[in-house]
Amino acid sequence: MDQKIRVLVAKPGLDGHDRGAKIVARALRDAGMEVVYTGLHQTAEMIVETAIQEDVNVIGLSLLSGAHMTLFIDVTKLLKEKGLDDVLVIGGGIIPEEDVSKLKKAGVSGVFGPGTHCDDIVEFIRKNVKK
Amino acid sequence: MNEFAAKVLEGDPRSIAKLITQAENTSPLAASQMKKIHPYTGKAYVIGITGVMGSGKSTLIYEMTKEYRRQGLKVGIIAIDPTSPFSGGALLGDRIRMTELATDNGVFIRSMGTRGMLGGLASAVYDVVEILDASGKDIILVETVGVGQAEVDIIKIADTTLVVLIPGLGDSIQTIKAGIMEIADIYIVNKADRSGVEQAVAELESLIDITCIDKDRKTPVLTTIAKQKKGIIELVKEIENHKNYLKKTKMFELKRRKRYEAELVEIIRKRLMNFIFDESTFKGKVESLIDKISKKEVDPYSAAEEILGKILK
Amino acid sequence: MFDKNKMINIKKKKDEWSKECYLKHIKNHPERKKKFNNLSSIDIKSVYDPDDISHLDFYDHIGFPGDYPFLRGIHPTMYRGRLWTMRQFSGFGSAEETNKRYKYLLKHGETGLSVAFDYPTLYGYDTDHTLSRGEFGKCGVAISSLNDMEILFNGIPIDEVTTSMTINGPAAIVWAFYIANAENRGISIKRIGGTIQNDILKEYIAQKSFIFPPEPSMRLIVDTFEYGYKEVPRWNTISISGYHIREAGSTAIQELAFTLGDGVEYVKWAIKRGLKIDDFAPRLSFFFNAHNDFFEEIAKYRAARRIWAQEMKKLGAKKDRSLYMRFHTQTAGCSLTAQQPEINIARVTMQALSAVLGGTQSLHTNSMDEALALPSAKAARIALRTQQIIAEESGVTNTVDPLGGSYYIEWLTDKMVEETYKYFDKVEKLGGVIPAIEKGFFQREIAESAYRYQKEIDSKDRIMVGVNKYQMDEPIEIPILKMDEKGEERQINRLKKLRKNRNNSKFERNLSNLRSAAKGDKNLMPIILECVHSYATLGETCDVLREVFGEYKEPAIY
Repeated sequence: MDQKIRVLVAKPGLDGHDRGAKIVARALRDAGMEVVYTGLHQTAEMIVETAIQEDVNVIGLSLLSGAHMTLFIDVTKLLKEKGLDDVLVIGGGIIPEEDVSKLKKAGVSGVFGPGTHCDDIVEFIRKNVKK
Repeated sequence: MNEFAAKVLEGDPRSIAKLITQAENTSPLAASQMKKIHPYTGKAYVIGITGVMGSGKSTLIYEMTKEYRRQGLKVGIIAIDPTSPFSGGALLGDRIRMTELATDNGVFIRSMGTRGMLGGLASAVYDVVEILDASGKDIILVETVGVGQAEVDIIKIADTTLVVLIPGLGDSIQTIKAGIMEIADIYIVNKADRSGVEQAVAELESLIDITCIDKDRKTPVLTTIAKQKKGIIELVKEIENHKNYLKKTKMFELKRRKRYEAELVEIIRKRLMNFIFDESTFKGKVESLIDKISKKEVDPYSAAEEILGKILK
Repeated sequence: MFDKNKMINIKKKKDEWSKECYLKHIKNHPERKKKFNNLSSIDIKSVYDPDDISHLDFYDHIGFPGDYPFLRGIHPTMYRGRLWTMRQFSGFGSAEETNKRYKYLLKHGETGLSVAFDYPTLYGYDTDHTLSRGEFGKCGVAISSLNDMEILFNGIPIDEVTTSMTINGPAAIVWAFYIANAENRGISIKRIGGTIQNDILKEYIAQKSFIFPPEPSMRLIVDTFEYGYKEVPRWNTISISGYHIREAGSTAIQELAFTLGDGVEYVKWAIKRGLKIDDFAPRLSFFFNAHNDFFEEIAKYRAARRIWAQEMKKLGAKKDRSLYMRFHTQTAGCSLTAQQPEINIARVTMQALSAVLGGTQSLHTNSMDEALALPSAKAARIALRTQQIIAEESGVTNTVDPLGGSYYIEWLTDKMVEETYKYFDKVEKLGGVIPAIEKGFFQREIAESAYRYQKEIDSKDRIMVGVNKYQMDEPIEIPILKMDEKGEERQINRLKKLRKNRNNSKFERNLSNLRSAAKGDKNLMPIILECVHSYATLGETCDVLREVFGEYKEPAIY
């Protein structure tokens, strides 16, 4: 069996900074994963529907505008509503320490800020992906 | 088990998606479910879309889908991108141009990596077509990227194959000359607001005149500006014309036969390759044979005959 | 540039030195690395000498400040005459909170204002639009109407202080808010000064805050050029920006080449419209990034001045002012670390110094906490003080272009000019700037560079202090800015009231005038101003334009 980790890299909201999302997408590809990139300006509904159709194991959310407490949690809430409990959610951006623990509680299992080594993200996914 | 196939037949997106994953992973579960859904397939019309990078295929698919949706049809989209031969990973970004379709429950989009398939198409693409077909999609659009084998292979699944070109790219016409001239059922010159459209169309038509000289159907050339939604309705009509032509000339059945043949070959190939390279008994043998070939102790032909001999026994 | 006979001797001497001194030395004391290169991956030699710049002509390629090709500075006296404008980019939460911050910064010696808008504003949505969810005031101030603009500048002498506004897609409308506010305050719009960023090309390329497709966007921009030089003559109607291209991950050379290429594109569109180059060109301005590689950055600014002067001449400019590459600089946000944030002060100091040695006209220094959150007041003050130290303590302002004549700097400057022209050729072959954008050329180039940079950091080929070397494991003690939680609600209520209380028949008439004008080819600025005066909101005005112009969708580049 040829099993591959499938990841959705998504940019919720209006933020257009896609440098990080694109770098992470490439790094995950280079680590042998199949990465679906949504492009900019995704709503929570779009992200969750895409995750369903693409049957991804992981959703990576990237946001630098500071709206993560609203927009990341919109996604995790909707995932729960739809019963997608087998999807690992991680997030990245300019995220203050005090928000990190709140996000984790809300279902964003890994939070990665500036200065993160790409391998750390790869490793985190490999370790935590639910198969 | 039974429920899985049943849910696909109901059109449940999660079950469709999960079964596609199983098929991509060539799991035994997939095989058992594929057997169950086959009787319910054959209704969907499959359109292949190929062309050079940057020719606007994704936008075209987006607009075509919106047109089919307007007609009340359900659409499945399969977007294939190459898998990196080095990492085995893939970046699948064709959805970027279609994001608004994500929340339309009459549309199902799946991105696939080629996963080392020799021909350039994703090996599971036949399964995915069957799954989407069984799930009630009326139209299935299969998009392949790049120039090469994938473009030629698309005709094995597609009922109608569209080849998309853009004006001003001299080499795109060259590409056609180089080998994919025969595959197009309809040519599209997209981005027709750019200069050089007439020239591109004229060049194509003169090529068609040569290649279609003894055929009763001349491959049509359409111009579109997908970004401005121009030429889409005409394109959809032209596909319908081609479908009618296929039905009238009995070529439709022939095409379908060809697809099943390709699918059968693919299943056998996959199983055989798995058997040879993945099963513990053979893998060691294969490895040692490769060592021997490297050391010139044996030649590749004799090695292959040795392996095949063991299987056929 | 040098005497031929002397050069022969120098070359001879150099060969001797290389053999007898350098190569012998590194045999026993090897250099730390096999290769030294800068952030644009240009190989840097151990030492530079006259031979490296002997191909240059002093008058054509270097010259004197205030004289063509202006490489050494646009003014003959530079900072001996007037210091650069200290302009801190700032904005968050509601108009009230940002207004308070502006007054604080002005009190502490800031000499110009610079407005950061939140995402809904950048995309031309009102605060109460569904897509604005979660974004209110998050990375800038929310401005949805003239009302908000009035509050933002309440009590600030906008006839004395100049204001730069980072706004692109809806720049014409936000500028109209500013103009209308001045008019309502009885200030002549001939006297107000400032800048709108108004650079849509780099939005398509890098920053991605676009609204309309290229054609109508370019039309709006040329409208502002024309309106500007006729009616608001002290306003810079564009700030052609490399900053965001760099932040998106480009190299210095790509930043330079893509930005100047964009600049030339705007000029061509304006000329095509029938504007005279010497009318509008003096109001074009630029905006560059100041990243880590000190000398490369300085060379970049110098090269930019030379290229721009050359290109503008080619396009027919006669006035000196049209040849000036005037620019604002901001230190590189992407170079800041969330780890050990205090050390960002040192980074910012170096970066700011490079901008000053490169001859910037105005400068923003980043706050140390920006990789964590919006800057706190204290962090913003320290950033401003950094500029004041450079200006008033360091002595670098005593002479113009103090690095001019350095073999290394002159060689590197010329190298960057050369590389820029290579990019110009590539873009030309792709059919020009807009076709290259549609083909994803710039986007792909930037993504490649960004990924390479990240890989270099990951593999420690490039050091980021505190990130991949000298790491520490300690809690970060930086006070984080807290915003007024009532701000959003207050602003939404304000919007509701505004929509109810305005003269709605006048407002609707103006919007329908805008709709028909947008379909034609008249300059839209006067009618936009009328809409704004009748309290049309940003979202309402943009919606009319969206309806006529359509919306831009980016090509899939990843």
